[in-house]
Amino acid sequence: MAATEPGLEETRVRDIATSRVDQIGGTIAALCDIVRTFGCIERRHMEIVADVFNLTVAEIRGIVSFYSDLRTERAGRRHIRICQAEACQAVGGRELTAATAARLGISLGETAADGSISLEAVYCLGLCTSGPSATVNDRPIAYATVEALIESPQPGSARGNPSHERSPQPGSARGRPLAGK
Amino acid sequence: MSIAKVPRETLAIALGADELAAELARSGHEVVRTGSYGLCWAEPMIDIDGIAYGPVTDLADLDAVRLGPVDALPDLARQERRVFDRCGRADPFDYDPAWVRSQLERDPAEIIDEIEASGLRGRGGAGFPAHIKWRTVHDTPADEKYVVVNADEGDSGTFADRLIMEGDPFRLIEGMLLAGRAVGARKGIVYLRSEYPLAAEIFARAIKSARAMGLLETCAIELFVGAGAYICGEETSLLESLEGKRGEIRAKPPVPAVAGLFGKPTLVHNVITLCAVSGILDKGGAAYADLGVGASTGTMAFQLAGNVEKGALIEIPFGVSLRELVEDWGGGTRTGRPVGAVQVGGPLGAYLKGEQIDTPMTYEALAAIGAGVGHGGIVVFDDTVDLVRQAHYAFAFCAHESCGKCTPCRIGAVRGKEMVEALMASPRSGGELAIIRDLCDVMEQASLCQMGGMTPIPVRSALGLK
Repeated sequence: MAATEPGLEETRVRDIATSRVDQIGGTIAALCDIVRTFGCIERRHMEIVADVFNLTVAEIRGIVSFYSDLRTERAGRRHIRICQAEACQAVGGRELTAATAARLGISLGETAADGSISLEAVYCLGLCTSGPSATVNDRPIAYATVEALIESPQPGSARGNPSHERSPQPGSARGRPLAGK
Repeated sequence: MSIAKVPRETLAIALGADELAAELARSGHEVVRTGSYGLCWAEPMIDIDGIAYGPVTDLADLDAVRLGPVDALPDLARQERRVFDRCGRADPFDYDPAWVRSQLERDPAEIIDEIEASGLRGRGGAGFPAHIKWRTVHDTPADEKYVVVNADEGDSGTFADRLIMEGDPFRLIEGMLLAGRAVGARKGIVYLRSEYPLAAEIFARAIKSARAMGLLETCAIELFVGAGAYICGEETSLLESLEGKRGEIRAKPPVPAVAGLFGKPTLVHNVITLCAVSGILDKGGAAYADLGVGASTGTMAFQLAGNVEKGALIEIPFGVSLRELVEDWGGGTRTGRPVGAVQVGGPLGAYLKGEQIDTPMTYEALAAIGAGVGHGGIVVFDDTVDLVRQAHYAFAFCAHESCGKCTPCRIGAVRGKEMVEALMASPRSGGELAIIRDLCDVMEQASLCQMGGMTPIPVRSALGLK
């Protein structure tokens, strides 16, 4: 949010933190709000949150570094998360991750230099019967393929024909790909 | 007008349920958004005037995926649903609070007696007898007590908490209210993982609705959504997180039932444990205890996942063999190859092979072979599985998710990962296995919680170490 004036942004962060101050898990909730609002948590945000919650910046930084959602760098405009856990490993999750990374030219955990795309690990999306599973900008994808992750229409933008939005599903009688071995 | 029931559930939606619902509405059906029955292999599974179809990809060709009358589907009719009995059948918000109101009049001691008679044990993984926790919280004097629900369902291969929170959120609210009544808690908090946004949305709406019905006057319920940390599924880490801190685990004792959230007596239970409460109080603890085997009473929501042809949630009494679940219910592997290994009970569960797959699914029988039921997750691998690589993953996952508080877990997991890497590079040297064995012993005996303490289970079973 480079366009936001510093003063306005500070007020906004302070308001967010203040609204959470009496809540259960308030620090974490406030920091999640900041990620939702600004895309990531910056040092100056931590200072304001620390001030509102009467904690040290070190304590806030400690919380930020503990939870994977509390990101300190912005995700790509297309943010792809691929499940790395066992149920997805069993149906080609590792191979999907490697193939996606190779196609994008970035590794797991990286964001493209132009900010267009980022690739991140996630540990279980609860779609474990139908892996490999992934999300693209928080939209869940089952039986994921490289094409579905890279080429599917940007969620939140044009809502195309639903059948085109689904993962391409060549292969088995049930219309879902085999893990292919 | 014909009635079309379409799940509003994350997997079904990932596979196009929202678009199907819109299309059905356009073609003149009365569309009801329900939960999922948990027959995940058939998602999106829709029900038009009592006939099930799935997986539906094309509404123009429904007959190709006709499954038959919902009530006669063998995969549902063979189950013994005590927790998921309402899930999938109706709009979860079409809810009548009369039953729970009548139960909330019951005497706390009587409720706890029923829970004891049921033999209910924690469904989160540890399998601890529920009534002991209830009695401890009840008997510990305090000005404030809490019911905390662990919905930080991070185990790969599990999705039961998600399914019930999306498909029957009032079942969890009932369990929380009844537990609150029994132990004397006036506040209940659900700790839900952030990877389940739809469950969060649906449960938040259910809380609002329950409040509007006047159900939350004696026990307020709120939802807290986590920020991405597997370790917060450990109960003391979860409590730290609810207090707004890093999710570093606490040494026990004191147990949370004595000094939990903000130091107050706290009943911490997994979602499914609390969701079993309504069924127990409705039919009586003894009736629940009649199901299952020995000290593994009642039903378990087994979740068949990974490389399995018919992945599903199957709620049946304890005692079925793992082979029956994988082969009979699950139809073997999705790839069509022989089963190579089955990991039971999440990332901290054992890899079972060969005749171990004939083990009955009970707490006792699994413990006897160094395994556990965990949260009921069953992840199937075919015979191409590389178990050394899975051992490497077990250490790597522990290293990634360790809270860092105790040395055996923080350092042991990293060293273990390095040792498996050395083993993969030179499989014949043998020295690494001895070190891995030692590391496993140290982690098991000296870690503060089950993250480090149970990581040796998948490692040893994958590597064939005793």
